[in-house]
Amino acid sequence: MALVLTEEQSMLRDSARGLISDKAPVSHLRSLRDNKDQTGFSRELWHSFAEMGFAGLLVPEEFGGSGLGYVEAGVVMEEIGRTLMPSPFLATSVVAASALSRGGNAAQKSEYLPKISNGSLLATLAIDEGAKHRPLQINLQAVRAGNGFRLSGAKALVIDGHVADLFIVAARTSGAAGERDGLTLFLVNPKAKGVAIERTIMVDSHNAARIELTNVEVNADHVLGEVDQGAALLDGVLDIGRGAVAAEMVGLSEEVFHRTVEYLKSRKQFGKLIGEFQALQHRAAELYVDIEITRAATMKALQALDADVAKATSAVAVAKARAGTTATRAVQEGVQMHGGMGMTDQFDIGFFMKRARVCEELFGDANYHTEQLAQARGY
Amino acid sequence: MTDSSSSDTETAELETFRAETRAWLEANCPPEMRKPATSDEDVFWGGRNAKFSSEPQRIWFERMRDKGWTVPDWPKEYGGGGLSAAEHKVLRAEMGKIGARPPLSSFGIWMLGPALLKYGNDAQKKEHLPKIAAGEIRWCQGYSEPNAGSDLASLQTRAESDGDDFVITGSKIWTSYANYADWIFCLVRTDPAAKKHDGISFILFDMTSKGVTTKPILLISGYSPFCETFFDSVRVPKSHVVGTVNRGWDVAKYLLQHERAMISGMGERGVGRPLGQIAADSVGTDAQGKLDDSMLRAEIASFDVDEAALAACAERAIDLAKAGQAHPAFSSAMKYYGTELNKRRYEILMAAGGIDALEWESERSRQGARPRAWLRTKANSIEGGTTEVMLGIVAKRILDLPGA
Repeated sequence: MALVLTEEQSMLRDSARGLISDKAPVSHLRSLRDNKDQTGFSRELWHSFAEMGFAGLLVPEEFGGSGLGYVEAGVVMEEIGRTLMPSPFLATSVVAASALSRGGNAAQKSEYLPKISNGSLLATLAIDEGAKHRPLQINLQAVRAGNGFRLSGAKALVIDGHVADLFIVAARTSGAAGERDGLTLFLVNPKAKGVAIERTIMVDSHNAARIELTNVEVNADHVLGEVDQGAALLDGVLDIGRGAVAAEMVGLSEEVFHRTVEYLKSRKQFGKLIGEFQALQHRAAELYVDIEITRAATMKALQALDADVAKATSAVAVAKARAGTTATRAVQEGVQMHGGMGMTDQFDIGFFMKRARVCEELFGDANYHTEQLAQARGY
Repeated sequence: MTDSSSSDTETAELETFRAETRAWLEANCPPEMRKPATSDEDVFWGGRNAKFSSEPQRIWFERMRDKGWTVPDWPKEYGGGGLSAAEHKVLRAEMGKIGARPPLSSFGIWMLGPALLKYGNDAQKKEHLPKIAAGEIRWCQGYSEPNAGSDLASLQTRAESDGDDFVITGSKIWTSYANYADWIFCLVRTDPAAKKHDGISFILFDMTSKGVTTKPILLISGYSPFCETFFDSVRVPKSHVVGTVNRGWDVAKYLLQHERAMISGMGERGVGRPLGQIAADSVGTDAQGKLDDSMLRAEIASFDVDEAALAACAERAIDLAKAGQAHPAFSSAMKYYGTELNKRRYEILMAAGGIDALEWESERSRQGARPRAWLRTKANSIEGGTTEVMLGIVAKRILDLPGA
């Protein structure tokens, strides 16, 4: 598989870019933030996403989706990254849709996937509990009770948590925190008794919530996948999410870089364009190369996911680790090279820096994924 | 996703080619040739005075040569394999899988050949390309001069017109393996009055010509891979100019892209043992089997991330070129990153080897193979255009930043 977009993928990119740059430039995020918008994204725009087949992009055609792959999901994520558009696409269309498609039984798939495809259902994965992404460090308990389970515990960084219609909760049905065995995924109704949701206003003005479950009753038929064997399902779903976030970070990095280079070509000091100074030229050139390499690694990871999710882990670790260091460098250079203007809220550069910080933590930062690669290589 | 039927056929044909290639390599690549070269002797460079260091090396070279696979993507009429870009990629991947060494290393293949294919006339292509493919003639590159390094276009070696010949006088430096080479491709000044880029020609001549002498330069590695090369009134027919007289800079730049692509490849080593395991041999592991030096382990892991990402980028660069979407200056970007990465690799190897990596002369250390290789890598970011020159090219030609 060539590491370039096919004609169909390029067309998908053009249509996603057209819609997103037109309807959701960075000013869209700014106005949601300034107006303290209750929803945190535009439902109208989400309907356009559904009409264009993006909401169900990964959903098989038999469930009303587009039946496309992870490379295509990455194409859309990259465009989202360019304008920092707040969208349920990541939580609902990438992560939750993958969890349901890969782990769901026939009844679960036919109940939820068509609604994801037509844009009427928002879903999200609730995984993290501590300050850092540690997917096996799960303490949220699920104990058997009657014909089902009773869930108690807390989750943080639940994306779109305050607007979601469905939670996919990673819980511990046996064993101790840190163990692979004993994890189970549950489909939980956010309106169920015992669910408390606190929307958390984040640095990047994107949606997230903390949720707390207190003796929440869940039927046995709301188990996603096998009881105690959720880790393998989770591995794949998280890798898909990581590949998608890496793609978002590539789009973000490229946009912030583009804006920075344009600034170097227009800002004058000491009687010349600052882009004439070799100190800045070389840093810009290094950053360009970093972004190109990270773009290739991300494409490689998305193709590896399309080929076989279970075998993509190392490629995904490389992509997410690179995306983290590259985006961090891109936004830091972006602010620095914009000088004082980069520090102002009026300039958009700061929004990129804030979003990059959140993307870095999402599904594991660069250190986490570098460690994963070292373990995979056995040293 | 639906593919058109024509691309289905294409995919099927490529899969057939892959299966045939795999079977052929399995049957024809001697086991000794399926591990990385560890010394200069392991590398076959060809040439009039070439000697094989082992029987498997000879067999492997001759079999590959007979298939045209010393230069898989060159046209068959010039001794190449006539492979498409996609087939060439398959061959590289299949060779990589079994760790097969390149059968022939040559500046003729990596640098001169591509330039001749683009700028050479029919007679020049017919004369030189088949001998490169067959490893009969070994080439060297006469580019840098004592006063023309990063500022290559300021070169001063003169070529004065005399009837049908040019008479060449001057000196070159950093001429790789000039003392072993049969022919040289050389940049000379044919119009001293013109602006510096406009008076240069690209010319080929035999190193046994009267007036050519070479003198190896001893490097910090203790090796002498480079020479000073002197030309004292060397007479060369004008028909040996490649491209147009005084337009040699175009040829030179095109060739440099290939040189940079070659050098950047030094940063990727798909084959061989992972760095982390090499380090474990000398540093040891803790109870969990982790490298017993957590800071070094972190450094290696970061290196591995960057190396894998660079490999993806190198693959993508080839795919972009095939799709006609590559930026011509992108090889400078790859050259910068690949060489810096290779230097990092050897810094890690030295740290991992510790005291053992300090021995300079002994059987045990294979005559100081590691420290000498470490020192050799320091030239990577200098030769073929320094890192600083590469970054300048990226800034100006790709990013279109102003100035100079």
